[in-house]
Amino acid sequence: MKVQQISVFLENKSGRLAQLTQTLGQAGINIRALSIADTSDFGILRLIVNKPEEAHRVLGEAGFTVSMTDVIAVEVKDVPGGLSSVLSVLDAAGINIEYLYAFLEKSSSDALVVFRVEQINEAIELLMKNNVNILNGERVYKL
Amino acid sequence: MLHPEIEGMSREELRKLQYERLIKTVNRCYENVPFYKAKFKEMGLEPGDIKSLDDLKLLPFTVKQDLRDNYPFGLFAAPREDVVRVHASSGTTGKPTVVGYTQNDINSWADLIARCIAMAGGDKDDVVQVGYGYGLFTGGLGVHYGAERLGATVIPISGGNTSRQLMLMQDFATTILCCTPSYALFLSEEAREEGIDLVNSKLKAGIFGAEPWSENMRKEIENNMGIKALNIYGLSEVMGPGVSMECECQSGMHVMEDYFIPEIIDPETGEQLPYGSKGELVFTTITKEAFPLLRYRTRDISVLREEKCECGRTFVRMDRVMGRTDDMLIIRGVNVFPSQIESVLLENGDTEPHYLLVVDRKDNLDSLEVLVEVSDKMFSDEVRKLEEVEKKLRHEIASVLGISAKIKLVEPKTIPRSEGKATRVIDKRKL
Repeated sequence: MKVQQISVFLENKSGRLAQLTQTLGQAGINIRALSIADTSDFGILRLIVNKPEEAHRVLGEAGFTVSMTDVIAVEVKDVPGGLSSVLSVLDAAGINIEYLYAFLEKSSSDALVVFRVEQINEAIELLMKNNVNILNGERVYKL
Repeated sequence: MLHPEIEGMSREELRKLQYERLIKTVNRCYENVPFYKAKFKEMGLEPGDIKSLDDLKLLPFTVKQDLRDNYPFGLFAAPREDVVRVHASSGTTGKPTVVGYTQNDINSWADLIARCIAMAGGDKDDVVQVGYGYGLFTGGLGVHYGAERLGATVIPISGGNTSRQLMLMQDFATTILCCTPSYALFLSEEAREEGIDLVNSKLKAGIFGAEPWSENMRKEIENNMGIKALNIYGLSEVMGPGVSMECECQSGMHVMEDYFIPEIIDPETGEQLPYGSKGELVFTTITKEAFPLLRYRTRDISVLREEKCECGRTFVRMDRVMGRTDDMLIIRGVNVFPSQIESVLLENGDTEPHYLLVVDRKDNLDSLEVLVEVSDKMFSDEVRKLEEVEKKLRHEIASVLGISAKIKLVEPKTIPRSEGKATRVIDKRKL
């Protein structure tokens, strides 16, 4: 039920994001979702792509510092309070969310949100028990 | 002159005195320091082979690595119970360089500094503000004891805290300021901003050292403060500040030749060069008991001049230090080696760290930025963890160097690599 996310270290200087996306584009890799966390000096770009292993390899070869992280992709009802109901399940179990971001496209009528938590297996189990729909990697990469 | 019988001694008499003291030092090293005894044996040399001052060049050199190899007290030539103080400067790879002093050493050092302050026109009527750092660094305590020896009133304020420096300078009517030249310049500009008139204050002289500076900086400080700014030189291995000091003629620093014998050598061949040649400065201490050094290679590049000075002193003069034969930097008066940064990165699990030191001077204060390439090992996809890495490196570098540095994580392969030697330092300071 885990999804592999690509994380890349980026200095805050112009043109880096363009170079990175160009590298992915040339390798025929499609970006499904992305988020950037930044400080005044650097940023971390997080990507969900259609071919994570290949993306890791081509970015590494292009000289980027890149790592793979397991995240979960959760379907969230596209109604007011939708996200809140998922978060409250995790909160009640004391599972801390490192970060989250939303997908660009939807898998169905629901919204899709990427979660990064420390206790990933516990979170998956808990969410499933609470009837929250979690998408596996294969489905997410093909979106 | 505080010691006219010594400072104005004829060269012939001085050489006699130096030879007597050199022989004592050579014997002391040979008898009490296993490192020197082994060196002598290795070279087939006996203390008795030193028959004149010219035989100095037969003696082995001592280098900083020897101090590290014998850390902490291995080169001490006095029993530990006779050592009344130690000082230390940050080493090149973590462990500091340690030096020791007997009570006699502390006394001679104080005499030496008293002489230096007198060269700046000081006497017991003066108020001396010591803005060098107190602690393991020799600057603060070294100047402090000398100023007391002279009978002056000492303000042991140490470095930093600019507004208090300026307040006490006015309230206590400081006449002589001792600090790094860049800090003096900074103080003078802060004073101007706060509307404090130093030119018409009691301040009359400054004894500045512990870092390289220029004639332009001197003029600026002198104009801003209305003082005579004099250059002092020293290094903890040899004694601390006071190894040489400028007189009022401001044309080179008189080496205190009754305590130290200076030489200039070719840094490549080790060959002794005649006066007037540019090369590496080498000192032999001839009075020290706890930590005598034979032919210590300073890595500082300078020139020794024997022409008699107008002030009447007969001691040779050395030019401003023009550079280094190694990669040592002096930042805010503190010696910094790129290898120190490297050791911190290695300790943090980076097997082949790529880093670059960027040194700059803004508003007369030195800044150090360390660019570190983020390795796969160091990288985390969480900002918090990367910021922890930065914080840890900042903390460890500060504790090794003794000065703070800004850490900047950069992408791999962005720090320039050249054939052979990596570029480790960019020094943007203009003196």
